[in-house]
Amino acid sequence: MDWDFIYRYLPVFGNAAHLTVKIGTAGIVLAILVGLTCAVIRHLKIPVLKEIAIIYIELSRNTPLLVQLFFLYYGLPKIGVPTNVEICGIVGIAFLGGSYMSESFRSGLESIDPVQTESALSLGMTRFEAMRYVILPQAVSVSIPAFIANIIFLLKETSVFSAISLMDLMFTAKDLIGLYYKTTESLFLLVVFYLLILLPVSLLGNLIERRMRYAGFGD
Amino acid sequence: MGEILLKMEHVTKRFGDHIVLNDISLSVRRGEVIVIIGPSGCGKSTLLRCINALEEIESGEIWLRDEKIESRSKRFPALRQKIGMVFQNYELFPHLTALGNIQLAPVKVQGRNQAEVQAEALGWLSRVGLAGREKSYPRELSGGQKQRVAIVRALCMHPEILLFDEITAALDPEMVREVLDVMLDLASQGRTMLIVTHEMRFARAVADRILFLDKGKIMEDSDPETFFAHARTERARHFLDTFEFNNERLKKL
Repeated sequence: MDWDFIYRYLPVFGNAAHLTVKIGTAGIVLAILVGLTCAVIRHLKIPVLKEIAIIYIELSRNTPLLVQLFFLYYGLPKIGVPTNVEICGIVGIAFLGGSYMSESFRSGLESIDPVQTESALSLGMTRFEAMRYVILPQAVSVSIPAFIANIIFLLKETSVFSAISLMDLMFTAKDLIGLYYKTTESLFLLVVFYLLILLPVSLLGNLIERRMRYAGFGD
Repeated sequence: MGEILLKMEHVTKRFGDHIVLNDISLSVRRGEVIVIIGPSGCGKSTLLRCINALEEIESGEIWLRDEKIESRSKRFPALRQKIGMVFQNYELFPHLTALGNIQLAPVKVQGRNQAEVQAEALGWLSRVGLAGREKSYPRELSGGQKQRVAIVRALCMHPEILLFDEITAALDPEMVREVLDVMLDLASQGRTMLIVTHEMRFARAVADRILFLDKGKIMEDSDPETFFAHARTERARHFLDTFEFNNERLKKL
């Protein structure tokens, strides 16, 4: 193990990790918004929008992220939509993650007894108010574990960004291996940095899950 | 007796081929306490749910004074605020405290001042014997306490009519009393109430009118004394018998 090499390229990996986190976070925030919207649309069975949501979810779940990224990166400019790697990465994660988040939220929504909605309606709430004040807060907290699993999954999926030349961790590692043949050192740094990003998310997730369980709703 | 508050005219409701409510007509005057009894599946809960438009009716009309009850109408949520409902399984919102449950709709839906609603809620909580429990979550309350919170939640919307759907059916026997006492208190304040219950002694004590439903029809509509002493129909007498343990049928066992 060439520690000197590792020390020298630590900052490079640091920058790459920063990029991974930045694009991952933006993509995941968008994915949550997309997922929440799709889940509510499907739960409320809103005509037309519901069909669109289903088509999107199936398309997104059943194609690999790599293919989605290629489509965005090489396909969009051909039909005249200007694009750059970072936006491609964010949109790609949001597109893939939206369907996973949607399915997690939907299972949360469906775990709430329909009588809760009736109870809210009987207090004069509209369907929208019942969703906002009564159903969503409960559904989100039920979905938290699945939701954290999705975040970890999506952060790991960012490793395919290297295929569209985004200078993320994976790209940097491959680049250094190609340039200097320091395979062991580069892969070591790669693993360490992924762990640095993902372990805190995982631990924080456990903490939130436990918190939510204590604040749980069980009778 | 006051003006007619609620009017049902020829209301019919089906679940598939099964007729749940068969041509029901009914007038409820302001201040009246009506207890609806009958065997399970007779349509008594469905009757309440139709008044609150939680079930759609096939034919007939329901009016709250001069406003027609139609769930599809844009104005219906506002009308629904005047119809309070308490459910068998409380249906408190588990993510909110007792006070949060009570305040949610008055503040967010009716847009009332939070401090004013809170003062009213605390007053009611203490009146139903729950002073100091306003910060408790539903999971920290007993069944009887939850049901009293649910009643206060309905009251703080200032409804004109209250619907109670078997609200003691899920309670342990010793908790039934604390809930029934609250309802007796409400009845004595002259509130208009429609109560579905299996508590016959309570029905007798609280009701101005008893409706006996069977197979989706109103079989009897009379004052409690008459109903319990001299039910007109064989069906009603048979039903009342099932609540007695000294009748002939049981002696033979």
